[in-house]
Amino acid sequence: MYDIKALYEAESVQHAIELLQEHPEAQILAGGSDVLVQVREGRRAGVELVSIYMLDELRGVSIDEEENIRIGSLTSFSHITNDPIIQKYINVLGEAVDMVGGPQIRAIGTIGGNTCNGVTSADSASTLMAWDAIIEITGPEGVRRVPIKDFYIKAKVVDLKPAEIQTAILIPKESYDRCFGHYIKYAMRNALDITTTGCSVNVRLSEDKKKFERVRIGYGVAAPIPMRATAAEEFLKGKAVNEKNIKAFSEMVLEDVNPRNSWRASRALRRHISVVMAERALRDCIEQAGGVING
Amino acid sequence: MSKKYIGKSVIRHDAYDKATGRTKYTDDLCDKGALVIRVLHSSIANGIVKKIDTKEAEKIPGVVRVFTCFDIKEKHYFPTAGHPWSTDPHHQDICDRLILTDRPLFHGDDIAAVVAEDEVAASQAIRILEKSVEYEELPFVLDAQEAMEDGAPQLHEDYPNNVLAHTEIHMGNVEEAIKEKGLTKVEGWYETQPVQHCHIENFICYAYGEGDRTVVVSSTQIPHIARRVIGQALGMDWGKFRVIKPFVGGGFGNKQDVLYEPLCAWISIQLGGRLVKLDVSREETFISNRIRHAIRYHITSWMRKDGSFAARTIKAWCNNGAYSSHGHAIAAKGLNAFPQLYPCDNIDGETWTVYTNRSVAGAMRGYGMPQASFAMECHAEDCARAMKMDPLEFRRKNLMPVGYYHAFSKNELYSDTFNQCFDKGAEIIGYYDKVKKYKNQKGDIRRGIAVSTFWYNTAVYPIALETSSCRIVMNQDGSVQFQIGETEIGQGADTVASQMIADTLGIPVDMVHPISNQDTDVCPFGTGVYASRGTYTLGFSIRQTAELLKEKVLEAAHQFTRMPVYNLDIVDGVIVRTTDGRELMTLGELALAKLYTTEGSQHLTAESTYQIKSNAYSFGCCFAEVEVDIPMCRVRLLNIVNVHDAGQIINPMLAEGQVHGGQSMGIGYALSEKLMWDEKTGAPLNNNLLDYKMSSFMDHPRLVGAFVENYEPTSAYGTKGLGEPPVCPVAPAIRNAIGYATGQYINELPLSPHTLFREFTAGGLINDSFAEEE
Repeated sequence: MYDIKALYEAESVQHAIELLQEHPEAQILAGGSDVLVQVREGRRAGVELVSIYMLDELRGVSIDEEENIRIGSLTSFSHITNDPIIQKYINVLGEAVDMVGGPQIRAIGTIGGNTCNGVTSADSASTLMAWDAIIEITGPEGVRRVPIKDFYIKAKVVDLKPAEIQTAILIPKESYDRCFGHYIKYAMRNALDITTTGCSVNVRLSEDKKKFERVRIGYGVAAPIPMRATAAEEFLKGKAVNEKNIKAFSEMVLEDVNPRNSWRASRALRRHISVVMAERALRDCIEQAGGVING
Repeated sequence: MSKKYIGKSVIRHDAYDKATGRTKYTDDLCDKGALVIRVLHSSIANGIVKKIDTKEAEKIPGVVRVFTCFDIKEKHYFPTAGHPWSTDPHHQDICDRLILTDRPLFHGDDIAAVVAEDEVAASQAIRILEKSVEYEELPFVLDAQEAMEDGAPQLHEDYPNNVLAHTEIHMGNVEEAIKEKGLTKVEGWYETQPVQHCHIENFICYAYGEGDRTVVVSSTQIPHIARRVIGQALGMDWGKFRVIKPFVGGGFGNKQDVLYEPLCAWISIQLGGRLVKLDVSREETFISNRIRHAIRYHITSWMRKDGSFAARTIKAWCNNGAYSSHGHAIAAKGLNAFPQLYPCDNIDGETWTVYTNRSVAGAMRGYGMPQASFAMECHAEDCARAMKMDPLEFRRKNLMPVGYYHAFSKNELYSDTFNQCFDKGAEIIGYYDKVKKYKNQKGDIRRGIAVSTFWYNTAVYPIALETSSCRIVMNQDGSVQFQIGETEIGQGADTVASQMIADTLGIPVDMVHPISNQDTDVCPFGTGVYASRGTYTLGFSIRQTAELLKEKVLEAAHQFTRMPVYNLDIVDGVIVRTTDGRELMTLGELALAKLYTTEGSQHLTAESTYQIKSNAYSFGCCFAEVEVDIPMCRVRLLNIVNVHDAGQIINPMLAEGQVHGGQSMGIGYALSEKLMWDEKTGAPLNNNLLDYKMSSFMDHPRLVGAFVENYEPTSAYGTKGLGEPPVCPVAPAIRNAIGYATGQYINELPLSPHTLFREFTAGGLINDSFAEEE
């Protein structure tokens, strides 16, 4: 039994916004894999909920007229993993969300919920960070778009104003074109686990595949919110694909990676693993992109 | 007796119902109108409850009553261990619990309870009640050795320095023996962690009044003991209670304690016999039920050049948590195993069971031996390495020899079990080739292989009573129902019992029906299942009872066939004349005739008790092969093979299932599981299945269990214990394999990334610049 004060079922995005305006205390319910757990724990006991889960218009992956990859916010993890557009252009996102929880959670959990939850450990978040995703938000004032780095404000707080709903996540063409990515989830077991530290790297090599045209690296649980290791990224821009640069890049992530000490894992372990993951993920991307190290 | 079913993988009788969801567990049986009980747990680790203001909680709609520790007018301290009662007061379990206490000794102790019409109201009341408790906080202690220091917080008056018990063993003369020239000394500290059973069905019970008695339906391993303890806890006659055990979703020893049956019964009585249900959450299960003891060991061995032991010492500190539960039994078992597993003329050993302000430790699969095996088998590996001997050959040389006799338990090693298990396991996993292949590896990712063994026995003789009772009742068609005191909790006891009855009576197994739900009003007395005793102990009473019934059946057959009993037998459910093999009548025809005859009608039934005065060694081994990713501080288990000598295997499929389950538990114990408390507050940190890292399906390789079947001569059907042994050798095998791969032999569980990071850094395998940040 769940301690829920009221549940309002939205029939359209507009209706959901109206419901949220009518019930300013209400929280949004999507798949429920976070919200219901928190209700059970008592953290959100007595909550009012506006469910958007029946809004099929917020489901699915497509390519819009601007050639953005558009992922509806209610798209489930298992859908994303198996979607042909994702697999063709940004397979790493499908791989990353395939590491969330177990099969049941991945069938019900949504990418919108994963990001709106505002936690640094979300498996989709570091990849969306690393691919400069754009968050589409619909509210009483209409639609606005926010870069994901601005969407995350602080731990558990995202840029959603009253009665606003995240309706889609967009990956611009400039972001995914000729890019190859790899995600490493570092956790204490191989399934049903929260990320201790996660690292998502993607690479665009020069035409001759000898240089890094652009490298982006995102982390989860390296800071209170998902973040990028920009110093390392800047360093590698235009550099040759060789061992020395790979090593230097990996070490350089420590300029940005700044996790805390907790009983779940020490700062030292997380920093150490961040370096190892950076190097391994980068090597994987180079291989996918057809690059040859020291070639 | 034919062996038509014994040794065959007969499908368990409850398989269909469990697969289709038809099986009724405790919660399925409870009427939906039951009132819901929720327990308020102490939010301090040690102290006194001064006051609980219940007014606000009682105002919540749906709240029926709030009971606090101050409502307990008569203080009946009671024990909780699922041990058989002892008629000798000195051997009875310590009575140190109250159903609700004003003197909480750990974070999670039970101080009040809410009764409400539904879970939501109960939870709301608990949240309000939590804020209305006034405590006087006292200092607390979480570590066993710190708890023994003078001036440490004192938990129980009669146990100075928090020592529940201290025992010693001495053999020969260690002091003299170590003067021998040319000895090599090997010494180590070995640290094991607290873990929880994590059975899939949390503990649950419900109670209601019936006449002048109270019925308690409970997910328990020990219904008859539960009835006794409820009586003790409430200060009432034991016969005033009836305990019913439906199907159980696992126990692993946690349900070998009486948990909340007394509180539930007491509340029902306070409410005039109303139906009340107490369904424990997972979070509560971790901290307010029982856990596995964390035990710290120090072992020293003095080795001769030929690799034999000159002298050995062991010390062990066993963290028992806040209440006695199983008392000193767990620590003592480990200590007693030490001189038996690797016999040596000169041994000194001592162990302390110590109270601390942590969750209560009790029985858990292996009963102290996973801890002891970790210490002893890490140490054996370290000794072999110190002597530059192959670890397997070292074990073969030093382990308990064939013919070894243990005077106290009268156990004897009848067969060359250790070598047979080693040989079989080594062949399955390819041990010798891999040892060569994995020698002196370099690089980031390395592989290792290793072995470990363990000591175990079957049942609790001669330390406690071993008794088993059985009743078999025949139907009109010759089929039978039976009841035993060895509780079915998922392990398959009812199925192996059916196989034994079928073979002993001479009837098809599908004519044997277990009455799985134990009811203390109906079922013959039994002490339940624990100590890997079920298949061994039930065998005796089944054999005896089935033979009694067979005697009666053949006597009846004489009436209708005119043949003398000594010329009759039952074969496949048919009365057969043994002199010429002629089939005279079916058992169905006989049973029908005997019931409805006008000349001496009789209901064919037999019932008997057998008191067991023997025990049996149950040994085996585990081989583990690992891949260690050094920079990532992670271990991948590639292969695991357990080989056990549990005597005659009654049902290979079920036996293999036991091995797989034990291996799975062992993998979590070795690599990831650890219950943690905040050093500053004494509060639990990870009492949930997300933060407590039980190993998942994805962390398991294919689990391989194999058997060596040396028929146990003391047993009714040649069997010996198998429930617990499979978990015992897993962690040290994995530890030794990691050591072989990396050169880092780590003496602390779990071997999680946290531990490996620290040890690999200290060992120079990974860059140490990060460690300074800690």
